[in-house]
Amino acid sequence: MSKVHVTTRVNGDPVEFLCTPEQTLVDVLRDTLDRTGTKEGCSTGDCGACSVLLNGRLVCACLVLAVESEGAEVTTIEGIATEEGLHPIQEKFLEHAALQCGICTPGFIVATKALLDKHPEPDEETIRYWLAGNLCRCTGYDKIIRAVQDAATTLAHEA
Amino acid sequence: MAEATEFKAIGTRPVRPDGVDKVTGRAQFGADLNLPNMLYGKVLRSPHAHARIRRIDLDAARAMPGVHAVVSGADFPGAQHGEIGGEGGGDVADVAKNVMARDKVLYHGHPLAAVAATSQAIAEAALAAIEVEYEVLTPVLDLEAAMAPDAVLVNENCFTKNLPEPAEKPSNIASVMTLARGNVDEGFELADVIVEGEYRIPMAHQGYIEPHACTATVNESGQATVWTCTQGHFALRTQTANILDMSVADLKFIASEIGGGFGGKTVVYLEPVAVMLSTQARRPVKMVMSREEVFRASGPAAGSCAKIRVGAKKDGTITAATAWLAYEAGAFEGAPMGPGAMCVFAPYDLENFRVEGFDVLVNKPKVAAYRAPGAPQSMHAMESALDDLARELNMDPIDLRLKNAVAEGSQAAYGPKFPAIGFRECLEAAKAHPNYQKPVPEGAGRGVAAGFWFNAGMESSAEVHINEDGTVQIIEGSPDIGGSRASMALMAAETLGVPYEKIRVLVGDTEASGFNNVTGGSRTTFATGMAVIQACEDIIAQCKDRAAKTWGVDADQVEWEDGQAIPAPGVNAELKPLTLAEIMKTAARTGGPILGRAALNARGPGAGFSVNFGDLKVDRETGKVDVLSFTAIQDAGKAIHPAYVEGQMQGGAVQGLGWALNEEYIFDGNGVLENPGFLDYRIPVASDMPMIDTQIIEVPNPSHPFGVRGVGETPIVAPLAVAANAVRDAIGRRVHDLPLSPPNVLAAIEEG
Amino acid sequence: MARVVFPDHLLSVTGGVREVEVRAADVRELLLCLAERFPGSETALSKSAIAIDGQIHQDAYLEPIGDDSEVFFMLRLEGG
Repeated sequence: MSKVHVTTRVNGDPVEFLCTPEQTLVDVLRDTLDRTGTKEGCSTGDCGACSVLLNGRLVCACLVLAVESEGAEVTTIEGIATEEGLHPIQEKFLEHAALQCGICTPGFIVATKALLDKHPEPDEETIRYWLAGNLCRCTGYDKIIRAVQDAATTLAHEA
Repeated sequence: MAEATEFKAIGTRPVRPDGVDKVTGRAQFGADLNLPNMLYGKVLRSPHAHARIRRIDLDAARAMPGVHAVVSGADFPGAQHGEIGGEGGGDVADVAKNVMARDKVLYHGHPLAAVAATSQAIAEAALAAIEVEYEVLTPVLDLEAAMAPDAVLVNENCFTKNLPEPAEKPSNIASVMTLARGNVDEGFELADVIVEGEYRIPMAHQGYIEPHACTATVNESGQATVWTCTQGHFALRTQTANILDMSVADLKFIASEIGGGFGGKTVVYLEPVAVMLSTQARRPVKMVMSREEVFRASGPAAGSCAKIRVGAKKDGTITAATAWLAYEAGAFEGAPMGPGAMCVFAPYDLENFRVEGFDVLVNKPKVAAYRAPGAPQSMHAMESALDDLARELNMDPIDLRLKNAVAEGSQAAYGPKFPAIGFRECLEAAKAHPNYQKPVPEGAGRGVAAGFWFNAGMESSAEVHINEDGTVQIIEGSPDIGGSRASMALMAAETLGVPYEKIRVLVGDTEASGFNNVTGGSRTTFATGMAVIQACEDIIAQCKDRAAKTWGVDADQVEWEDGQAIPAPGVNAELKPLTLAEIMKTAARTGGPILGRAALNARGPGAGFSVNFGDLKVDRETGKVDVLSFTAIQDAGKAIHPAYVEGQMQGGAVQGLGWALNEEYIFDGNGVLENPGFLDYRIPVASDMPMIDTQIIEVPNPSHPFGVRGVGETPIVAPLAVAANAVRDAIGRRVHDLPLSPPNVLAAIEEG
Repeated sequence: MARVVFPDHLLSVTGGVREVEVRAADVRELLLCLAERFPGSETALSKSAIAIDGQIHQDAYLEPIGDDSEVFFMLRLEGG
């Protein structure tokens, strides 16, 4: 099958790649572009481990064809921390012990970024429903929710 | 035992050493390694639950451009029978046949061939080109069918073990066991009230978010390097060596970060296949299971049937109890019915009881360990029966348990007397808990249940290196599945008296670290921690010796305090304390580098008890059950990093609630799993759950220097019966079988 | 003498004997003594976990046994 040339931006950097039409964004990110911070847990959009932002919108990279990223801005977990250091969401996940094995963590952090960009002061229910597309099997979600609440408070103070 | 108040590092909640890499996407998990010139390996899986392989033709696949290796069962050496190293392994020959079928396929999804090709698409096309001729056999799909006298046999060479007389004909019952004490008939005669019930739980999956993945590369001299996500790279190395008839020295196993395991990543699936493919292809081979493959063909928890009968006097004293426990092993023997049988009555001091257990073959995937393997199934039944008993006796369910609870010196149902344990403390804490004092919300029910797990010790090794600036490097070999690097660093900080921030922890590969058994059995903080503590004590002894040499005094005239060598009382008071950094400055002159080490088989893990309760609401129109609140109380002995102890309790609670409320393997009549994905095998999501309140009880384990007990497994045990008992309370009727899914609960409401 | 108890699943190797009294300084001596008493029992017994005075050992061998110790042979345990 002949490959398609795609031009996109990943975490601000211009990126070009070749992919087959049926290849998913998660496959290209991980296998072609070596951005393995985005994890793959199911390939069916059920677990959220591959959460990335496509033009600021939260998507499962396993449900997006790589060709759909043409001309888009893709934000992955590798693009959350800045040159100044960790993002407050990342700091709060660490402080609250909101990860155990850590495989779901990149997805949760990207999803939390999308949540707080849209709802800077979410209540617990909003957080729980926004993050319902991200599966965590280790924590029981308690510490994740608390980390997100704390991150929201911190970001609100910074703003 | 040091007094709790003396601890400086232990009991604090620092950021874990591997944390930053895990929140930034840097941490490398099983599927994250790509090597130059790498091939993709894929597995051909059986479309039948039970069939004889008449013929398998690999030629067309081999001939395809881009295909570099094709293997089937015939390519694997015949593994000899024998116990496999580590836990969760079982019989070597069985694990070998589970990795790659030989003459028969025994479950839908059973591997029977594999290919390695330059792309995933070519690998898939090559699988499609493999021709297999099957003689389809009748699958054995449930306990009744399997245990029937004229049952179709899953394995024609399976003779029931542990019978009083050797079995004469083959059977699907792989083994039986009994545990008994006293006289149950007399015991039941003394009872004022007797309750009984039959409880069924379908197979369920650990549901780790990271699928199994590995990359293997074998060079021309036959030396293999295997990168894999596992709970125990040493155990997987042993298993792979046994299955492939290789020397352990030719297998280097590197544990990647691991994305959850819960017992399911203690046994090989892909690794021997990847090594075999790489041996043929002479190129690296990467294999990653799809989620569907994980569900169909890794090792779920055993499905079970438990029949329980309990008799008690009016005051709540249990006079007799019996349990009949049958567990589905899947296609090969090894269901955890033994631990299930040993746990079922473990929390209670019983004079008369009898437990019978059955390990039963069915044409379903071979089960693997899942968090306190065997205990949730049997204890769900007992804890449900106790709830019924409390109702009959009009007693508070915690009071009923207190009346019968084991304590230090009680003879455990599984044999020995208990050393110091914290069960009564957990029960009393539950009774006094503000959440228990609150009234049950309108429309909800409250459930209470206890949990128990033995915990494990086993082999661990650790080295501690002191760097030239006095900082500390720990090397151990227990994959960090939930923050164990942090607990190792905290125990080292406490022992050495140096700040946590100056300590680094490496989970070494099989060439870099001494042998460590799997991260499982709730053993890592206990056993590997004990090795780290002893290695630190070794460092202290050497540092005192170096200080003595520096000062020109005897080693026994030096003491260690707050991370420095100080002169003992009465010794030249002019001597200034020497810190680790100062000792290292002159180390070259006083004897060279300083390296401490310990290797041990940790004794006395100390049993873990819990008491959980929760309020659950039932929608009487749909049968949907919502968890309104949940409180987990557990004896941790001593919590090294309390946040991660709470995390184990919260995670186990939600996993147990998922098992109770929703999760089940649903097979069709041909033995095909109908819900092999997270959409239909629905594990709890954030919006399903409330906050999980925790209370850590600390009754120190006398066998550990800091009093540690394992905490990883006990948390999953109690939630099953908590949910069942709360639903019973809410709808006025017991639903015996799990899951308490809307159709099952609705059926019970409508029957009532 | 230490009290040594066998679970049901080991009765086939002890010829139905559930409990014996043995004088042994440690598990090594105990196993030798039992091997003599119950020929053919070595493999099954040495594969078992052993609890001595309440403490469970998966691979017991050198653990001391007291004169009034209680020794229980048990199924080896797994964990998740």
